Order: sequence, then C-alpha cells, then structure tokens
Amino acid sequence: MEPQTIIARRIAKELSPGMLVNLGIGIPTQVANHLPPGMQVFFQSENGLIGTGSVPEEGMAHPTLTDAAGGPVTALPGACTFDSAMSFGLIRGGHLDLTVLGGLQVEQSGQLANWMIPNKMVPGMGGAMDLVSGAKRVIVAMQHTAKGKSKIVKKCTLPVTSTRPVDMVVTELAVIEFRDGRATLRETAPGVSAAQVMAATEAELVIPANIPEMSL
Amino acid sequence: MRTISLDESVRMIPDGAVLMIGGFLGVGTPERVIDEIVRQKKRNLTVIANDTATPDRGIGKLVHAKLLRKVIVSHIGLNPETQQQMMAGELEVELVPQGTLIERIRAAGYGLGGVLTPTGIGTPVEVGKQRIEVDGKPYLLEIALRAEFALVQAFIADYLGNLSYALTARNFNPVIALAAGTVIVSADNIVPVGVIAPDHVVTPAPIVDYLITNA
Repeated sequence: MEPQTIIARRIAKELSPGMLVNLGIGIPTQVANHLPPGMQVFFQSENGLIGTGSVPEEGMAHPTLTDAAGGPVTALPGACTFDSAMSFGLIRGGHLDLTVLGGLQVEQSGQLANWMIPNKMVPGMGGAMDLVSGAKRVIVAMQHTAKGKSKIVKKCTLPVTSTRPVDMVVTELAVIEFRDGRATLRETAPGVSAAQVMAATEAELVIPANIPEMSL
Repeated sequence: MRTISLDESVRMIPDGAVLMIGGFLGVGTPERVIDEIVRQKKRNLTVIANDTATPDRGIGKLVHAKLLRKVIVSHIGLNPETQQQMMAGELEVELVPQGTLIERIRAAGYGLGGVLTPTGIGTPVEVGKQRIEVDGKPYLLEIALRAEFALVQAFIADYLGNLSYALTARNFNPVIALAAGTVIVSADNIVPVGVIAPDHVVTPAPIVDYLITNA
C-alpha cells in the first residue's frame, strides 16, 4: 500500500457521522475517499462551503464552485455557502470538530510547523494558523521522514504554526499521540515494529507495553 | 448608488490608492475591473485581499504588471511572481493569517478598533503586537483594516444596489463592502428591484456607491 493511502485510510477511522471536518491540501484531501459508504460527514472548505463533494465530471465544473486550492468541486445535497468571516468563525469559534493538515515538522510537545521554510518557501499561512489554533481536534497527516530525516523532532527548527499542540500525527509507520507535552507511540503500521518507528524518529517517544497494529 | 461605466469607475482610483479586492484565488474577483486597472496603468497601489491568485488571473495580473507597492494577504503560494518581486524587494508583502485578515476587515466595517484572536500567538505573527489576557487566556490585539476603495464582485445586483453572491465567489466580497470609503461593484447580472427577495440580499443597497453598468 502506498504511504499516502496508509495515512489517509487510518485517519478516515477518526471520522464519525455528523462531524464538521476541514481537510488540508495533499494527503489530507485523500481522507474523504476512505470513509465507509453512506457516512454523512460535513466537509468544510475555508473559501466558504460546507458540503464539499468530489471533483465534478468533465464539462460539469462551475467557475464559482471551488475548493480552498481553487480547483472545481461539487456541492453535496444539504451544502451551504458563506463568506470568509463566517468560515473562520466556524474554524476559530470551536465549531469545527476536526482538521487534518499536512506537516513539515512536529515536535515532541506537539507543536506543528507547516507554513514556511525561511528564505526557501514562503507561501503564506493561509488558514493554517487559524485551523490549528481553533479546531477542536487537530490531526497531522505526513510521511514520517523527508530525505531520510525524521519529521517528528525534539524541537521544531522551522517557525511553528501555533503554540497549541496537535492531538495526533499519522504517518506510514505509526500513530503518535500528543498529550501533556509528551509524544506516545499508540499504533504501528502493519509489518512495522516499535523499534523501527523509534529508529526513524528523532523525538523521544513514550512506549507503552501494548502497541496495537493500525487497523486499515 | 450611482451607475457608472467601467472606464469611469477605474478613473476614480488615484495612483497610490489602497484597495480591497474580493476573491479567493481569483474566484469572486471583479476580473474586468482588474483588466481596466491594468489598461489605465494605475501605479503604486496597495491591495488588501485574501491572496495574489495566479499570474494570469485576478490580482495576479496586477502583480504581473508591477502596479503594486504593497499587498496585505494570507497567501501568495500559487503566484511565483509575487514571491520573486518580494525577494527582489520590489513588492512589500504583509502576510496575515486568513481568519485574522477577514476579522480585521470586518472590524473596520463594523466600527470596531480591532479584535482579539488566539491565532498567531507564539509565532512570527505576534512580533510587534500587544498580548491581552481575557479570563486567563492570551489573545493578540489585531487592529482594524480599512481601505479607500472596495472592488466587489456580485452575482446579482438590483437597480438600487442590493447584492447577492454565487457559491464560493462570496468569500471576502460582502465583508470588504463595509470597510472601504468608496464601494465599486461589478455584477454578473443586473436586475430590477424586487427580483432579489429581501431574505436573499447579502449586501444592502445603501452600502454600495457605484454599480458598473454591463455592456
């Protein structure tokens, strides 16, 4: 299974009916493809839409129905649209049950860096800082390492997105939970040992006696 | 509200003006007004908007034509020209978290001096800002953001200037309409009064100063 698929399938298990969820660009977007058939989840797109559906068939796109990356989407039955003040009121005001975001680094206290690499990549934070500061629950979807280096680090070297710690990181190797300033290894991917996860991780991990395998 | 031609509407904007422009990656941006600003070569403009779109679209065209002195936006990631001009020191870029940006604009439009938000605490966004505690929780004081002109794209305008918007083209438009000295509206459809039901009016007519006539 592709790393991205492992990550997206595992995070899909965290969704339940009726939740309001915001998915970031990249791997997070794929989470929507792995929900049980018929499960009603409200997906928010921060440009002003709840009820974001799949990409329309060719020739059926509408120039004013887009996602937060500007690409065409559909709206599911029951969808609604609103302005950006309402959209970020939903995000910051404690109404968003879950956000799933990509990450550049997560440190062992749970702080996330995902919006810039000084002098290299300065795209702007867009909605990321509001999402991490405001959502009830924050899950980071990212590969465990980049160019062989752990992305789960002792201390972020990149500027953080928020001082609010994320709740969970899901990688192709592991599920790591952040609570009380510590990172705990909760699950390993199929065929991956706790020792392998520890070897691939710079951060200090709390290792419980029983670490179940991810259910995909 | 007065009706106005596209050419006249842009003639009102002086070089060096501060503009708020609706749109999210170009969706909901008054494209023909942008094209006219480029044609009339307005210079040294400051733009307050969600993003700088792409080089061939919306606010991206103003970047490409080098008509801007400064942008206050949340995202420039899909416009490499904005990043190049920023790195070269030709364009000042102030990056603001999207939720903070829209609230700063909303605050100005609603007569508030600013807002308190948890967003940005402990990040580079906090630098130079006042931290205020409310009930033991820290917030940043983010001050109101105002402009001389708001360039609004609506889906439907009636003859009085009541506005409604289409789907995700709404975004910043109704919020900027309250935060600028002069509000200029371009609408996909102009219809007689009464066609928009009172419950469906998003921006009330008295807010609108100029409605650009459709060719």
